[in-house]
Amino acid sequence: MLAFIISRILQALPVMAVVALISFAMFAYVGDPVAIMLGQDFTEQQRQALVASLGLDQPFFVQFAKFIWNALQGEFGLSYRLSRPVAELIQERAPATLELAFCAALVSLSIGVPMGVYTGLYRNSWLSRFFLTFSLIGVSLPTFLIGILLILVFSVWLGWLPSFGRGDTVQIGWWSTGLLTVSGLKALVLPSVTLGMFQLTLIMRLVRAEMLEVLRTDYIKFARARGLANRAINFGHALKNTLVPVITVAGLQLGGIIAFAIVTETVFQWPGMGLLFIQSVNSADIPVMAAYLMLIALVFVTINLVVDLLYYAVDPRLRVGGAKRGH
Amino acid sequence: MAPLLEVRDLRVEFPTRRGVLTALDGVSFSIMPGEVLGVVGESGAGKSMTGAAIIGLLEPPGRIAGGQILLNGERIDNLRYDQMRRIRGREIGAIFQDPLTTLNPLYTVGDQLVETIQTHLGLDGAEARRRAVGWLEMVGIPAAAQRIDSYPHEFSGGMRQRVVIALALCAEPKLIVADEPTTALDVSIQAQVIALLKGLARDKGTSMMLVTHDMGVIAEAADRVAVMYAGRIAEIGPVREVVKHPKHPYSAGLMASIPPLDRRVEHLAQIDGAMPRLSAIPRGCAFNPRCPEVFARCLVERPALLATGATEAACWLYDPASEKHAPEAMPHG
Repeated sequence: MLAFIISRILQALPVMAVVALISFAMFAYVGDPVAIMLGQDFTEQQRQALVASLGLDQPFFVQFAKFIWNALQGEFGLSYRLSRPVAELIQERAPATLELAFCAALVSLSIGVPMGVYTGLYRNSWLSRFFLTFSLIGVSLPTFLIGILLILVFSVWLGWLPSFGRGDTVQIGWWSTGLLTVSGLKALVLPSVTLGMFQLTLIMRLVRAEMLEVLRTDYIKFARARGLANRAINFGHALKNTLVPVITVAGLQLGGIIAFAIVTETVFQWPGMGLLFIQSVNSADIPVMAAYLMLIALVFVTINLVVDLLYYAVDPRLRVGGAKRGH
Repeated sequence: MAPLLEVRDLRVEFPTRRGVLTALDGVSFSIMPGEVLGVVGESGAGKSMTGAAIIGLLEPPGRIAGGQILLNGERIDNLRYDQMRRIRGREIGAIFQDPLTTLNPLYTVGDQLVETIQTHLGLDGAEARRRAVGWLEMVGIPAAAQRIDSYPHEFSGGMRQRVVIALALCAEPKLIVADEPTTALDVSIQAQVIALLKGLARDKGTSMMLVTHDMGVIAEAADRVAVMYAGRIAEIGPVREVVKHPKHPYSAGLMASIPPLDRRVEHLAQIDGAMPRLSAIPRGCAFNPRCPEVFARCLVERPALLATGATEAACWLYDPASEKHAPEAMPHG
């Protein structure tokens, strides 16, 4: 088990190195930070001094090595735009995005899985047909449109929920949470639903397809032939067998939710990393973009590791070492 | 003695877009307590479907359109799903063809046994587990007390079929429907599994409906045999009689196509033609296009099972009213 985790971490290292290289390459090829930071009026001395202070006059490899070394220590330099340490900015913004992503994932799994099971079991009922039609809408409508529609209905027309921001937050150490206040929770609803909608419909359709597949298998027929109760067959035997693909997709989707919360955060002016990223792109704030890229890569790598570990927990056939083969 | 299972004039239909297909038509037979009835026939003859109808698990859209199935004299073909669920496993056990796909891969064999035992017998966990170990020992799993916590993939095919047999028997049903229980196994394992099934059925007094296309298995394990053709029973009787003196021309052809072990033959006998599709079953006797003995009446009227000596055959040759009669002995080999 430990060996497996270590080998997975070793496999992740090259991935992170490549992402680091790409992030770093942005410094050299995307925009000219010096020009942006200096503005219109500057002297040659000022320019030289800034280039030296940013370390841009050193050779590529020295700069890259320095970048890696700093990144390992969580140090991504100063934001060109805000002139504050990038690590600090990200630390400020990350809780908002992570809470949003977590709630979106919760919404999509807690609604998507039961809907998938239901539509798989009763595929001809009118409710299943309704769910399927509804899921088609969820899959095909772009996120920003769903967000705007939700704002229109629940904020503008009904006035139940706030249309932007996080509401009141509570500071726990460096983590600012919106989960502990009423206005924070209310502010979470619309963005979570917007962000989770695509995932919800995807998971529902996936669970449905897998359920239909599993219900046709011999071991389900045999479970019926053994006279087991429907509940045990549907949830104990069938649903558990659909979990491996569902975990894979849900895991990748969670990474996607975190990485691509950008649109939702923009629509709801959610003070998270996605909004920070968009603002940074607008002003070619490369240190922030580089750090964001690295962070997202780390999130994906970590989620993949967790997904692999979950496979182990669910499917005994994947557990190596413990298996003694009979004859 | 009253029969344990009685199937009367069973008819199974499949509604399709192009009309209703009749998969089983007028199938009648009975199984006595402790008796093993073999059911043979080509693929698609309706053997497995008969078994599925008895355990109430016909694949939709298939449905029982006529006839009755009685267990201990009580009808079970018209029970609601939940009533039938209590009979499945408890009164009628089932064994499927492929042991590699019959067990749920995510649960240990012990979990699956305990679950079945608890569902039907209402025992507490410890007692159910004790019995589960006992069943694994009974079906010949070595070191059962340790292997009970193994997953299906940790067993070989033959061992898995033993586990399946334990699962089918663990709630002590009175009837086992075994659908091709040895077809997916290595030839060397087949005999062991058949011997095990036969031995357990005898010890527990369990009746068995043994569906197979392997005449060797029938000869080995069955007391009586039903030969099925195109969704109907062609002949039914004691195994020895049907094997040695088949009455129906189809059974005769089937027996003739078994290669003899004691002499060399140049060509294996075969029955010309193929079994008709369900949508194209001919009028009269379903076997008439392939029958070497066919005569006018076979093309018009459908024969019912007629007693002829020790067996019953659905063939006009055995009706005294027919203008043509059976030759002294059926051509055999």
